[in-house]
Amino acid sequence: MNFIQMIIPLNITKTISDWIYSIMPETAASYTIMVVIAVAYLLLFAVAGLYLVLLERKVAAWFQLRIGPNRVGPWGLLQTMADALKLVSKELTSTIKIDKFLYNLAPYFVIVAALMAMAVFPFSKQFQAFDINIGVFFLIAISSIGVIGILLAGWSSNNKYALIGAMRSGLQTISYELSVGLSILTMVLLTGSLQLSEIVEAQRTGGWLILQGHIPSVIAFMIFMIAGTAETNRAPFDLVEAESELGAGFHTEYSGMKFAYFFLAEFINMFIIASIAVVLFFGGWLSPFGITDNITWFPEVIWFIIKVAGLIFLMMWFRWTFPRLRVDQLLTLEWKYLLPLNLMNLMLMAIIIWLNWTI
Amino acid sequence: MSYFSDIYKGIKTLLTGMSVTGGYFIHARKGALTQEYPDNRETLKMFDRFRGEVVMPHTADNRHRCTGCQSCEIACPNGSIEIIWDRAVDPETGKKKKKIDKHIYHLSMCTMCGLCIEACPTDAIVWAQNFENSVYDRSKLTKILNQPGSSVLDGIED
Repeated sequence: MNFIQMIIPLNITKTISDWIYSIMPETAASYTIMVVIAVAYLLLFAVAGLYLVLLERKVAAWFQLRIGPNRVGPWGLLQTMADALKLVSKELTSTIKIDKFLYNLAPYFVIVAALMAMAVFPFSKQFQAFDINIGVFFLIAISSIGVIGILLAGWSSNNKYALIGAMRSGLQTISYELSVGLSILTMVLLTGSLQLSEIVEAQRTGGWLILQGHIPSVIAFMIFMIAGTAETNRAPFDLVEAESELGAGFHTEYSGMKFAYFFLAEFINMFIIASIAVVLFFGGWLSPFGITDNITWFPEVIWFIIKVAGLIFLMMWFRWTFPRLRVDQLLTLEWKYLLPLNLMNLMLMAIIIWLNWTI
Repeated sequence: MSYFSDIYKGIKTLLTGMSVTGGYFIHARKGALTQEYPDNRETLKMFDRFRGEVVMPHTADNRHRCTGCQSCEIACPNGSIEIIWDRAVDPETGKKKKKIDKHIYHLSMCTMCGLCIEACPTDAIVWAQNFENSVYDRSKLTKILNQPGSSVLDGIED
């Protein structure tokens, strides 16, 4: 089965794959490696999701001069584990007039889309499951699939609040997808590549892209963070699950683990947006000023995690500072401000590259 | 050109808001308002305006300030306070004088509105800071505020 190896260059860690190939026939080994990678990513997914929830609760508490979860485990570290166990053990209830098939399908759309996007990120030089040459394009495509899950959830719940929430989500994602795409395109203009690992490599010599492209890069970063926050349906763009208006929005009728899927997917999406921003603007797993370049054993993934955590903190800061936008304000922001600015910014970036004014 | 100045103003106000919440975030560890209650039971100090329950402070020689005027009983909107009073001959003047026998306070009915304390002309009853009021028997919540054998302080009625 060389075919699988050809489309999926499995280079999470070379040693593990070499070892598995040495003890097994080739076909079995490639399948084993696929399983190992799947398990590793699922674990990463679960751990990242759970601890982002905990981080959110802690950060929210500190913003509101509270203490936050501190009872389950040291400093409350096991709080979200306990919550997840509770959700797993709960009964999956539903109302009578739901569309059963779509209702059950919807959480998987959301969670699978999030999981697929995780596959292409270069967490470090070797820790990347799926290094395709259209990585950025793949990410934009995948991130649009999640909204189908939300729309299905809202529609199949047969609940007007869920439907309103889902429709708002559709509206919001379709609008802000443009800004995300265009700000990414601005950066792709600078690197000349859609492959995420190559985008990272391009920043090894010339500095992080946010410095290389100076003014248009900074504008693109700001637009990307605004539009990215809107893509993840987080405050101040949380009209989708506006608690004070819609109950819980599209996942009002969900319970137990299906609810947890939506909940986790929101946090994983936040991780994904932060990861895209790290790769495109802050040099991915590259260390600042190359301080750990000469230390061969240093796990570069730490730099990636630190940068992602910083951007996630920024998004949490947004959430606990800004009030929710009205739906007309949401659309005004996108169509009258972000989109024209973004197009101008794209032109500016093109001119700067044409005149060779990049740093 | 108000388009660009609008954007500038918008970004400026957003950053102002973020600096406010950022300041809270930085000082959160020192200035947290939350109390980790059962852990700091020994050191926990409630706030000056906290309304725990109504008590009647007594001096060291068992004197209180209640004259038995019943203002608190009249002020109480749901009858949490009952005063059983009596008349006794004042040994100094020889006149008959009103004095309280029992100042009964039903904590189980009290809504902590504080009208009795505002009504009291002699500041005989005050708010306590105690809030651990759970008991196994409801009747324990009916309290007699004046201690047995106590008497009113001299000169309160003047």
